[in-house]
Amino acid sequence: MIRKEICKIISQKLIAENIYELTVKAEMVHDITEPGQFVHIRVGNGLDPLLRRPISISSYDVTEEQFTMIYRKDGKGTSQLASRVPGMELDILGPLGNGFPINEASIGETALLVGGGIGVPPLYELAKQLTAKGVKVINVLGFQAESAVFYEQEFSELGETYVATADGSYGVKGFVTDVIKDLQFDCVYSCGPTPMLRALEQQYSHKKMFLSLEERMGCGVGACFACVCKKVDDPSGASYKKVCSDGPVFRAGEVII
Amino acid sequence: MSRLHVELPGLSLKNPIIPASGCFGFGREYSQFYDLSILGAIMIKATTAEPRFGNPTPRVAETSAGMLNAIGLQNPGLEKVVSEELPWLSQYDVPIIANVAGSLEEDYVKVAREISKAPNVHALELNISCPNVKTGGIAFGTIPEVAMQLTRRVKEVSEVPVYVKLSPNVTNIVEMAKAVEDGGADGITMINTLVGMRLNLKTGKPILANRTGGLSGPAVKPVAIRMVYEVSQAVNIPIIGMGGIESAEDVIEFFYAGASAVAVGTANFVNPFVCPEIIEQLPELLNQLGFEHISECTGRSWK
Repeated sequence: MIRKEICKIISQKLIAENIYELTVKAEMVHDITEPGQFVHIRVGNGLDPLLRRPISISSYDVTEEQFTMIYRKDGKGTSQLASRVPGMELDILGPLGNGFPINEASIGETALLVGGGIGVPPLYELAKQLTAKGVKVINVLGFQAESAVFYEQEFSELGETYVATADGSYGVKGFVTDVIKDLQFDCVYSCGPTPMLRALEQQYSHKKMFLSLEERMGCGVGACFACVCKKVDDPSGASYKKVCSDGPVFRAGEVII
Repeated sequence: MSRLHVELPGLSLKNPIIPASGCFGFGREYSQFYDLSILGAIMIKATTAEPRFGNPTPRVAETSAGMLNAIGLQNPGLEKVVSEELPWLSQYDVPIIANVAGSLEEDYVKVAREISKAPNVHALELNISCPNVKTGGIAFGTIPEVAMQLTRRVKEVSEVPVYVKLSPNVTNIVEMAKAVEDGGADGITMINTLVGMRLNLKTGKPILANRTGGLSGPAVKPVAIRMVYEVSQAVNIPIIGMGGIESAEDVIEFFYAGASAVAVGTANFVNPFVCPEIIEQLPELLNQLGFEHISECTGRSWK
């Protein structure tokens, strides 16, 4: 069930350059079914910005009835969101979309989790759930520079973790794909910039792979047709999937990215 | 009779609140949030003769108090709408207003003829105002003679009353309204979106892949109010007003300007419960303003 809930902010922390970790109290945690789902947040009561902001859930705790999001302060909406402090309330719609299927990785297998920048957060809950199930995880996290790196420690506690930075200021210099070529794994889960997802899909087409896509959204629930993508198996180009309600996670090869 | 009940050609509305076409899909998504039977009517997404994918993404961009969209009339096509979407909607006790679009006059005529036969379609909304398609859409909505001719052709084949959705992107909207009235329109719905554009500060390129898009949301409300005010005094057919409505107060303002019912669009994206909330708030607002029935508000501001 999708709820529209007024949620109290429990904490808001700056964890890297322009990267914020926000935790809210929310009954909607009971409706979260998979890591990789997202919520749609109204950052203020005014008309600017008008629309909600889609932000992925990075971890959740059903017992405590709270969940955490990590987002980058980038535009008007996320700047307003970053100014909110504990005790304040947020109008949140969620949980939305379909996340990463953890049952696609079997016990004893190795799952490769590949995150790029602000695509890293939803992989954290995924890593926790896969590890708890008995799947080995290898985490490869890519960032622009050292100042943008976050959650390396958190991921390291769950499995082997590699960090790559585009400018070489931290970890391996280069892209996540430069790290992955030396690793052994059974399946891939990824979230990050489209060029990164495309590269993974091309280079590891023989592996079972799930990709979380990003697109500008309107309603977040499938009504406005803003965030559509074309299906690979339809040469006519008329059939589609909606990133918000059919995704954001798709099996590699299902939609054109 | 309820204080909110409104009778319009083809439409017996429990209340004058209608989700606007293109902002509500075919109702399925919002049926997760509330019982669609509480709505006055539903304006379903524009239907064309053949399935359409629409424009490339990005298809939406935000602006202050509004949004630009360039979806491009994506829809599953006439056959699927008639065989799947309309039958699904028939489980609800709510009249459907079918938005009809096309590239050529023949397309409109074909869709109007077929879709008006569906038992739950009580009226058509002729879309001559979509700004996001290369052919059809707004091309029929900017020249009075063309709009009149199309209205006449559609009226000949439609089994239900025909409302024509006007574009605000014209020099003289009154002239357009009179033309469709002369063409036999049973009512007018207005306004569609205003053509706009946003540019990316870093790349210098338009944010929308289609370059331009239609502006909607609270930002356009004053334009819509002015146009409803002008048109309603110049024609003798009812107007369903729309453009930036997000509260019961906004609804009354449209009625004052001359509307007999209203449609709510962009606000559904911000608050999926906006329509039921407005319906619930209207009686109390009528009390405050001293009206027994909402129809008393229509045209209160006319000179």
